This record gives sequence, C-alpha cells and structure tokens, in this order.
Amino acid sequence: MNWFINGEFKDPKAAILGDSGSKMWFTCWDEISNFSFKIHHQYYQFIGSKRVCKSWWRKLLFSWVIGWTLASVWIFCCICSHATEKRKETLASMCDERARMLQDQFNVSMNHIQAMSILISTFHHGKTPSAIDQRTFARYTERTAFERPLTSGVAYAVRVLHSEREQFERQQGWTIKRMYTLEPSPIQEEYAPVIFAQDIVSHVVSLDMLSGKEDCENVLRARRSGKGVLTAPFRLLKTNRLGVILTFAVYKRDLPSNATPNERIQATDGYLGGVFDIESLVEKLLQQLSSKQTILVNVFDTSNQSYPISMYGSNASTDGLEHVSHLNFGDPFRKHEMRCRFKQKPPWPLLAISTSIGILVIALLVGHIFYATVNRIAKVEDDCHKMMVLKKQAEAADVAKSQFLATVSHEIRTPMNGVLGMLDMLMDTDLDVTQLDYVRTAQASGKALVALINEVLDQAKIESGKLELEEVQFDLRAILDDVLSLFSGKSQDKGVELAVYISDRVPEMLIGDPGRFRQIITNLMGNSIKFTEKGHILVTVHLVEEVIDSIEVETECSSKNTLSGFPVADRRQSWKGFRTFGPEGTMHPFSDRINLIVSVEDTGEGIPPEAQPRVFTPFMQVGPSISRTHGGTGIGLSISKCLVGLMNGEIGFVSIPKVGSTFTFTAVFASGSSSSKEYKSQQINRQSNSVSTEFHGMKALVLDPRPVRAKVSTYHIQRLGIHVEVVSDWKQGLSIINRGNNVIHMVLIEQEVWDRDLNSLGLFINNLEKIGHGTPPKVFLLSNSINSSRENTATGAYDLTIISKPLRASMLAASLQRAMGIGNKGNPHNGELPSLSLRNLLLGRKILIVDDNNVNLKVAAGALRKYGADVVSATRGIEAIELLTPPHQFDACFMDIQMPEMDGFEATRRIRDVEQNINNCIQFGELSVDACNNVSNWHVPILAMTADVIQATHEQCLRTASAMAFFGVNKFRFFPTGAFVFGCRVYIESYA
Amino acid sequence: MGLVQLQRQLVDYRTSLYDEGFLDEQFTQLQELQDENNPDFVVEVVSLFFEDSERLLNELSKALEQQIIDFKRMDARVHQLKGSSSSIGAQRVRQLCIVFRNYCEAQNREGCQKCLQQVKHEYSIVKTKLESMFQLEQQILNAGGSIPV
Repeated sequence: MNWFINGEFKDPKAAILGDSGSKMWFTCWDEISNFSFKIHHQYYQFIGSKRVCKSWWRKLLFSWVIGWTLASVWIFCCICSHATEKRKETLASMCDERARMLQDQFNVSMNHIQAMSILISTFHHGKTPSAIDQRTFARYTERTAFERPLTSGVAYAVRVLHSEREQFERQQGWTIKRMYTLEPSPIQEEYAPVIFAQDIVSHVVSLDMLSGKEDCENVLRARRSGKGVLTAPFRLLKTNRLGVILTFAVYKRDLPSNATPNERIQATDGYLGGVFDIESLVEKLLQQLSSKQTILVNVFDTSNQSYPISMYGSNASTDGLEHVSHLNFGDPFRKHEMRCRFKQKPPWPLLAISTSIGILVIALLVGHIFYATVNRIAKVEDDCHKMMVLKKQAEAADVAKSQFLATVSHEIRTPMNGVLGMLDMLMDTDLDVTQLDYVRTAQASGKALVALINEVLDQAKIESGKLELEEVQFDLRAILDDVLSLFSGKSQDKGVELAVYISDRVPEMLIGDPGRFRQIITNLMGNSIKFTEKGHILVTVHLVEEVIDSIEVETECSSKNTLSGFPVADRRQSWKGFRTFGPEGTMHPFSDRINLIVSVEDTGEGIPPEAQPRVFTPFMQVGPSISRTHGGTGIGLSISKCLVGLMNGEIGFVSIPKVGSTFTFTAVFASGSSSSKEYKSQQINRQSNSVSTEFHGMKALVLDPRPVRAKVSTYHIQRLGIHVEVVSDWKQGLSIINRGNNVIHMVLIEQEVWDRDLNSLGLFINNLEKIGHGTPPKVFLLSNSINSSRENTATGAYDLTIISKPLRASMLAASLQRAMGIGNKGNPHNGELPSLSLRNLLLGRKILIVDDNNVNLKVAAGALRKYGADVVSATRGIEAIELLTPPHQFDACFMDIQMPEMDGFEATRRIRDVEQNINNCIQFGELSVDACNNVSNWHVPILAMTADVIQATHEQCLRTASAMAFFGVNKFRFFPTGAFVFGCRVYIESYA
Repeated sequence: MGLVQLQRQLVDYRTSLYDEGFLDEQFTQLQELQDENNPDFVVEVVSLFFEDSERLLNELSKALEQQIIDFKRMDARVHQLKGSSSSIGAQRVRQLCIVFRNYCEAQNREGCQKCLQQVKHEYSIVKTKLESMFQLEQQILNAGGSIPV
C-alpha cells in the first residue's frame, strides 16, 4: 500500500513538469492500476462476497484522483495561458507605440528635407545667377539642423551631362571625382557631382554620386519616382554607424503627379540627399520612452524578405515572445519592421503552480481519507469475520470439552456403580469388625467420588446446554422434609438447629423439576452445615409477591429475633440486586406462574469479603485450606446458579464474616392442581399426606418465647391439620387452657423454655392434669438432640414425649401418633430386605430376555439363571410383545436395543401401549381385575441392553419408554460378577 | 500320559490363549456360569457361537460376491458377529469386527473383502484353539480327573 501512496504523491510533480512529465505520469498510473489490480485480486479472493462493492469503491477512488489531477493540470494551463496572453498584449502595445513614434519622427525629417529640395530648386536653379553657393548652403543647413534631428548631414548633387562636364568643371574649379577612389571620374553619360554639402559631410563635395553603387541606384530610383527613396542601411563613411540615405530629386519645373518616369528623368535638375543615423534615432526615441529596461527593440530592413538587414539592436536571438510592428518610412520599395522582445524571461507562474498544487493536494487528501476509510471498514469487517470464526472455534472447543467431560464422567460412573454395588454386597457377607470398617470407608469414598462425578457431569451438561428441566408435579413441602432428614444427622451431631418454614400461600403442588430444585436446596444447606458450628440454619420459602409486600413493613427483623438467638446476616440484603424486585420486575399476577423465593440462612463463619465475588465461579473456593478442612469441589454453587437460571430465577447472597451467610434464590414454577392428570405425579411421601387426616380438628398449644421459632413449629403442626396457638410463657398458656371454651389436645414446649424454668413448668404440667376437660393434654418437648443426654434427668419425672428437631411433618406425625395412641398402621417399609445370598438374588423372578443374537441370548440367560431367575428367551421384538401382553407372569424384561425388524425402542413403545390399553380397560371396568391376576396397573420394568455408551441412547431410553431403564453400559461386563444382577434386583424391587 | 500332566497342559494352554489375546476375561466369566446344574454350558455356548458364526460368515462371503452390495445388511451381520464374539470373549474376532463395521459404513468393498478374510482367518484359529482345549478337557474327564480352574 505504501507504494500506492508514493505513486499518488508523484502526481503534483508530474503536473509541474507539464508536457515532458505527462509521459511519466501515465506510466505511473499504469503501474498503479496494475499494482492495485493485483491487490484487488488477492483481496477478492479473501473477501469474496463483498467483491462487487469493493471494486466499485476502488473505481470511484481512482476516477476521483484522476479527475482532480486533470482538473488541476487544466487550471494550471488556464492561468498560464492567461498570463502569457496578457504579456503578449503588453508587448504589442509597447512595440506599436515605439514604431509609431519612430515613423512620425522620421516623416518629419523627411518632410524637412523635401522642403529643402524645393528651396534649392527655387534659389539655385530658379535664379540666374544662383542665389546659393556652398558657403550659404553650409551655413543654412548648419543653422536649421535642429529641425532635422535625425539627419546627420545633407548634400546636394547636380545633374551634369557629359556634354556639359567641361564647362561645369571649369565653372566649379574642380573635376568630378569617383567615390571611394577619389580619382577623376571616367567618362560617363551623365554625372551627379555633389556641389553643396553641410559642413559635417563636406568631404563629399565633387564626388560623383552615380559612381557609388548604392547612391547611383538611389538617385536613379528617386528621379524616376519623384518621391523620397531610401538606401539599404550601411555603415556611414565617417561615424561607422548604421545609417540610411534619403534621396529626393529636384526637377526643373513642377511636374504633374501623373508624369511618366521618362518625363521625370528629363526634367531632373539634381538630387538632394540626407543621411539618417538610425541607431541614434532609435536610441533617442527609447530614451524618451524611458522603458528601455523592459523591452528589447530591433529594427530591420526587410526589403529582401530572406535576408533582413539589422538596422538597430543587438543580435542576441532569444526565442520566446516577440512582437513585430511594420514601419512605413514613405518609400514603398523599402520595407522596415520593428521587432520587440521582453528583456527578462517570463517569471515563474507561481500563482498557477500554487493554485493547482493546492487543489490537487486537497483532492488527494480527500481521496486518501476516503481510501483510508474504506480500508478501515474492510479491515474491521475482516477482523469481525475472523473474530466470528475464532468465536465459533472457541465455542466448538468448549462444547467438545464439555462433551468429553460428560462422556468421561459417565464412563467413570458406570464402573463406580459396580464398585459400590459390590461393596454393598460385600457388607452383606460375614465380615469381622475391621473388615466392615474398611468396607464402610471404601463405600463412603466411593459415594463421595460418584457424587463428585455427578456434579462434574452436571456442570458439563449445563455447559454443553444439554441439561433440560423436567415438568412434573411435585410437593414442595415433602421435598424440603426429605432434605431436612438428609441433614438431620449432621445437624444433630453439631448441635445446630435446622428448620424449614414454608409460607401458607405457597401452593401444595407445583410443576417443575423437583430433582433439580432439591439439588439446589441440598447444595446450599450442605454448604451451611459445613460452615456452621453453632446456632441454626433456617430455610424459608415464600412467594415473591409476599416478600415484596412485606419489604417495607418488615421492621421487626432485628438481629436478636432469630431462630436460635444468634445474629444473622439480613436476608433482605441478599436479594438486593434481583431484577424481580427492580422497577422492571417481571411480575405477572394474572399468570399461573408461581414465583418462589427461597432463603437459606445460617450462623456460620461467613464468607470473607475478598472471596465473595468468586463464590459462583466453578472450582473456586475461599482458600486451599477450606477444601482440606471441609472437602468439596467448589462447583456446587456454580451448578446451583445455573440451575436457578434454568428455572428463570436469580441467586444472591449476603455474608458477614463471623456472623453468617444468607443465600437467597428465586425460581419460577407452574401451579400444579391435583386434579390434572397431565403431569406424572411424583409420589414421594404419600404417607405424610395420608397421615394428616388423623389429626384434623385437634388443637395444640406451643410454648415458645421466640416468634421465629414458634412460627416454624406452628407451620409444621398446622400441616397436620392441627390448630395452633402460640404463647410466650406458661402463665399465658394456663390462662388459655383455663378459659375452657376450647379443648387443647397437646402442649408443645420448647427445650430452651424447659431448661430455663424447670420448676414452674413442672407446676404447669401438674396444673394441666388437674383441669378436668376429659383427658388432659399431652405434653411434648421440642428438643435439639444435643441435649438428649439431659433428657433423662430433666424429663424423667413427667409424662413427656420428646420430639427431636428438625421438625418434619412425617416425623412429627409419627411421634404424635405414638404418644397419643392413634392407630399405628404404618408398616415397616424402607427396604429392610432380608439379606440375600448371591445365589438367591433373583430367585423366583420370571424374566424375559429379548435378543436377536443366539449366543448373547444364551449367555445372558445363563447368567440370570445362575442367580436363580426363571428365564424365558425371545429372539424378536414381536415375540416379546406377545409374551408381555397382560396378563403375564414376568417380573422384568431385558431388551436388546439393536435388533432387526423391530428395535428395542419400538418394541418397548408397543408394549407400553398395550399396557396402557389394558389399564384403561380395567379402570373403566371393561376388564375385571381378576382376569388380570389381580394387577390393576400393568407396568413391567424393561431394561435396555446395549454396548453403546453414547449419551443419545440414554436420552432416547428415557424419552421412548418412561420406564426403560438404562443399565450397565456394557451389558456383559458385570454379568457374572453380580453387580449387574444386583442392579436388576434393586430396579425390579423399586417397581414391584 | 499322566492325568496331572494333562491337567498342567490344559492350564498352560488356556493361559497361552489369554496371553496371546485370543480370549479375554469374558470367557472366564462364561466358565464361572457353568455349574453342576448346567455342566456343559460353555461347550453349548461355544458350539452355538461356531454355528452362528459360520452361518454369518457364509452369508457375508455371499453378499460380497454380489454385484450390488447391501452394506446395511452386511453391517447388521457384522454387528451380530461382534456381539456373539464378545459374548464368548473371542477378543480378536471382536476387534476385527469393529474395523469391519467401519468399512461397511464407508461402503468400502475392498476393505470389506480384506476384513472378511482376516475375520475368517481369526475365527478358524480361535475355533481350532477352543476345540483342542475342549478335547483336552474331555481327555481329562475321560481319565476321571477334574478340570483345574
């Protein structure tokens, strides 16, 4: 490109050089266009699609530069020619002026000489004897010389015929002499000896004018024409200056103007001649005009066109501007002209140069700006294009990474499951204490590893955008109860109070992804538990609308008024940045979306301020020592953030070191109405719902001075349908009971109150028993298990039931049932399966195996038989459908995915259809349940067998058949070792 | 030949099969499935494998002689062969099948032909080896000995 710019800047130079430069100019352009064509070519190959547009801009640029260059050249020429024209005019006018003056002065002199000729004719020839002699003539001419400034001398020669010579010579007293030689003249037909002469030229007296060549010619021409004639310029005898001689003929009588030359010759008497000094003449003239410096004047005799004779002026021939003015000295035979020239060369046309260069420079600058702009745009577009490519590459790399991670994690998880299963089975065998300890340790580590892998897998899935949320109906309260029980052990060990409060306004059933919601809660609570050594952890769930309404009103949230009395970080700070609460908050009160806001508040050690900004960054922990003391990978929060994002929510936190942290997130769910069957109902904790009816209409009294804690207790008790009243001390309680208009069935006393005023409470309990409203209310102690050692001593004397926290509906219900003696129909479920030996693992199970490959079929059947199963084999999908059409006896089906004719997915789908039909028939009474082995809901577990590990297959399994379990990745790897079969057992159990 | 010698020979022979990569642990697991209820399980499965494989190989050879090859069907057959060979632990055959399937997917006729030859070759080797092993076992049983684990 530099070359190009250099080329451009050659332009003005080329323009200055004018004609000679133009050649170079064009070669320049040729080269430029060649070069730029090459650039274009490469450029086009690179850009391709923008080609047309680019070339258009290029052409425009070139035509712009060329156009302005031509324009500036043209302007230069214009100004130059204008100046030249002006100069020429000036020269012409000066020249003409000089010529006219010269001519005028010459004519004046000539006229004077003519007058003198008349004088001679009158006084010399007209008088006898003559009135003029040489002396008179000399004196007269001398005294009238001022009238003839241009003539240096005058002389008169008389015509003498040969016949008169002797007489004439005698009369004059001298002989006629020849010119130059000064010898007596040889015999001629006639002579013209000078008789009178001015003193200056007195040397010419007696010389025969006809003997000089020029003079003779002049004399003859003068007498023939009757006018003054001029000689060609010649060097004057004495002065050696250039001069001309003017000759007039003197006639004997007046001749008519139309007289013939012969008549004139006959009538001739003599000849008057005047010498003109042209050089001094012109010089005088120029001096008069006083502009000698500016122009140079040359006067030429051009009678002979080809050989002009210079009469005045230097011969320095300079080419350049010249003006020619014609002079008329009255002799038609002779032609004279004046050539004028400027002394100085024409000045440099500075104005023209500067103007044109200026215009050119401006035009080039504009062109350059244009060029630079276009180039810049192209460059930016290029860069943008490159960036896009790089971005795509980076994204692809990221996706590839995530996929790799997902695959690898999946691959690790599979054998890990095997390891865990084996450990599980190992624990069932006879082990001594040490061995059992080893196995437990191994199992715990294995579980930790699987949990970690699951997290990594989640992270990878989220990053690769593969994570999709389910839309199922679930019970939020049940889920939180579950999570509570998960952490209850840990919290009791640590002596940390764990509590959940869910607002009444949160609907019973929600639609969303319960698993992922649970994962978030578990994560946050897990973190809290990890970092909290004393105090409490409180989970609260509200509707966003509620919180917004109470945001201004809620002033009682002092640091003292908390669950455990320890100060906490104000949770309102944690949702400060949420969009939902901003002015543009996306709240649609009319829609059926439920906006939940969940806070997890703890009184732990808090997050140091410097670590707070990277809390949600994956694998970032507060410090390396944290992972050593508390474990964990540090991706939990990052995953939670992503999950919250997927639920259209936001997550935030506030943390004060040494006080505690509060994490808050929002999530959007749909409201689930229990009537709609569109969603698969999550059937967790059906028991807690069924249990709740038993306590309907009962009344309870909660004795707790701390409002937050009382609120939590109330929430859980109310869930059982029990009406609750809260009192802050026992006296109040007693007065309520004494009022007597409503029966109190139970009294729940907070452990803290109990410990504080043991004695008065004893009195209170005694009082309760005395009040005669039928059965006295049962008394319960709400206790954190840390104090469980004390319970014996403290409560021993009274009829108390201790309910250990954290409170959960199911646990609470069970405790109340036990204490109040309401029928305990609960069966001991929760899988206390009798320890099975390997051999009997699948004993009595009837299993169908479908595989098109005989060898595989045989091996699989052998493996299952080995563990006691009753195996039926089928080689085609269609057979499987027939066999599995209800009623049948099969407990499970193993299905190969890849089969000719009908693959495993298709077969499963058809089996499910058939089952659905039958189920519907049973439901509507078209088929009796008896006819179908007393099974009202047919759903045989189908397990996919495949060697393909790819993600797609797994997803397809889930999508195709709601219960087509994806097992074991490699169908043979775990067969005989038992893990696979063990897995089958668990699976079949969970469905049976 | 003494019984003990025969038993040692069998053990050595079996080890060499594992060492040379003809068989993998799947075969071990297959042997574990055999018990008194099912005394001929391994032999049954293996002969089923021979039967199946020979049929498949024949079909494959025929298919490859055709003018127009149905690569999809070929692929399905190779898949079957792969499945059954991995079931009995015939490792080398299984690995060749994987290569074979790639050629089928690429619809490469020459590659398929070459692969088929190799598979046939490997198959006959593993067949001979297994048969001679079974013979050894039979000899031991006939001599009244038990098969060493």
